[in-house]
Amino acid sequence: MNMKRKNIIRSAIGLLALLLVLALCNAFLGPFAVRIMNLSAIYIVLALSLNLLNGFTGLFSLGHAGFMAVGAYVSALLTMTPAQKTMNYFLTPIVPWLQNIQLPFPVALLLAGAAAAFVGFLIAAPALRLRDDYLAIATLGFAEIIRVLITNAQALTNGAQGLKGIPKFATTWVVWGCAALAVLFLVMLLRSSFGRTIKAVRDDEIAAEAMGVNVFRVKVTSFVISSFWAGIGGALLGHMITTIDPKMFTLMLTFNILLIVVLGGNGSITGSVFGAIIVTVLMEALRFLDMPMNLFFIKTNGLPGLRMVIFSIILMAVVLYRQRGLMGSKEFSWPGIDRFLGLLKRKLVSKGGR
Amino acid sequence: MLRTDSVTMRFGGLTAVNDLNIEIQKNEIVGLIGPNGAGKTTAFNTITGVYRPTEGCVYFKGKAMTGAKPHAITEAGIARTFQNIRLFKDMNVLENILVACHLRMGTGLFANILHLPGYLRKEKESRDFAMSLLESVGLADLAAESAVSLPYGKQRRLEIVRALATRPSLLLLDEPAAGMNPQESLELMDFISQIRDQYDLTILLIEHHMQVVMGVCSRMYVLDYGVTIAHGNPQEIQNDPKVIEAYLGVD
Repeated sequence: MNMKRKNIIRSAIGLLALLLVLALCNAFLGPFAVRIMNLSAIYIVLALSLNLLNGFTGLFSLGHAGFMAVGAYVSALLTMTPAQKTMNYFLTPIVPWLQNIQLPFPVALLLAGAAAAFVGFLIAAPALRLRDDYLAIATLGFAEIIRVLITNAQALTNGAQGLKGIPKFATTWVVWGCAALAVLFLVMLLRSSFGRTIKAVRDDEIAAEAMGVNVFRVKVTSFVISSFWAGIGGALLGHMITTIDPKMFTLMLTFNILLIVVLGGNGSITGSVFGAIIVTVLMEALRFLDMPMNLFFIKTNGLPGLRMVIFSIILMAVVLYRQRGLMGSKEFSWPGIDRFLGLLKRKLVSKGGR
Repeated sequence: MLRTDSVTMRFGGLTAVNDLNIEIQKNEIVGLIGPNGAGKTTAFNTITGVYRPTEGCVYFKGKAMTGAKPHAITEAGIARTFQNIRLFKDMNVLENILVACHLRMGTGLFANILHLPGYLRKEKESRDFAMSLLESVGLADLAAESAVSLPYGKQRRLEIVRALATRPSLLLLDEPAAGMNPQESLELMDFISQIRDQYDLTILLIEHHMQVVMGVCSRMYVLDYGVTIAHGNPQEIQNDPKVIEAYLGVD
């Protein structure tokens, strides 16, 4: 009990420290750094939602970009001013019922998640009859279908021109609040009895079914929840960048999220959080690789894509040396930290003794 | 309790189970034996809904169960274990049991996510029930261990207990004594009779260990190439020429 109280106090202090760091960064860092910081939060939401499928339910899905697109467009169209809409839709006028609609941001954000969840529900029924790589191909196909539909529904989405001037609602506190909510949601979900059935389906579908778990329903639920958070993540992305177009939501985007999930650890919430921050920061920090470089003897004229080469090498190294990602399927916990520190101390002492 | 009415299962040209007629009364322990490939596990799979029988019907407590999904059949009160142990490998012993408890908790998704008071009460009930199950089979002190780290005999026990956690009235055991030494098999026999009495169960078991089957079953069915070749109490079966032929081979 005493230990428990101690850990609660430690968690509270940790949380406060995190809030303080966020507030300080928000106040004193330049706009570019704040933007990267906030992008990490959005990637936390996205990585968690993909991890729920890939890591916890054992469904290999590559359709995330599609659900993000749905969320991004719904939220953007529901919050843009009528004037902005008229300006955007200069080729084909927008459908009349969308012209004047303008909702408060939280409502629009929730509706964006709900819309993505609904699309996820529609896709789940046929796609979840498949498994493994077949499921991956099918979800990838569905994501492309969504993208092509968006490109061609000119009067609804403004097609390939995309949307510009989306209100910039995704402030530091909004995105980090959403990230915190996503973490809390997933922790609560996975700790619950329903969460155990999700993991049971991943471990052994046949046994789960025999233990009275409605495997198909569990999979569909998990898919819908994942789509919901993907929609939220997509909407936040739109409200941060303030422009969206269909070309943003290709497989490349899904791949980035998958990279985070695998790097952080398939089946670890902690891993996804750290993975999202590390990958987002590295993506920017390594940007100099794409620029012209002067390494005394070798001069390059800028090799666009060198960044991704380095990234792939990092990914390979991780997969070679830590097959299950940085965290494996472990989670952050105070007893775990204590054990780790104890181990570290013993190692240092034994080295010092020699 | 359980009745199969001319159940036939064909895979393409192969008839794995042919015209199977089993009838089990409440609280009986019945054996299903036969040489390898006789169709015993297929018979199990048709009863538990893994396969839909090509012909015939399965009745449980007088209700037709044919074509129901496995989870629905478990909900109706038939639980099973597997020939090759299928525990949830990334979970500990207690969690393995709790997964099986979920079925009877009847809590909604949102109650689960939000940890509403009603859910928390049910969760505590489940935990208590799971611990009492583990205690009754002497696995309570291993509750926090990883399920797959247990020795083989205990994994088998755990699988049986996990099936019990779905609160079945009929328990199907697929080769519970497989891979056990004679001593463990004897303990298993006692264990099976014990849970039958304790949880008011009816048991149908597949087994190769003749000692176990003869010791624990009141009646048995013998399958060979999908056909029921004999049926009766242990003495009758032991002296049945057809059974001896199937097992030993006769010129």
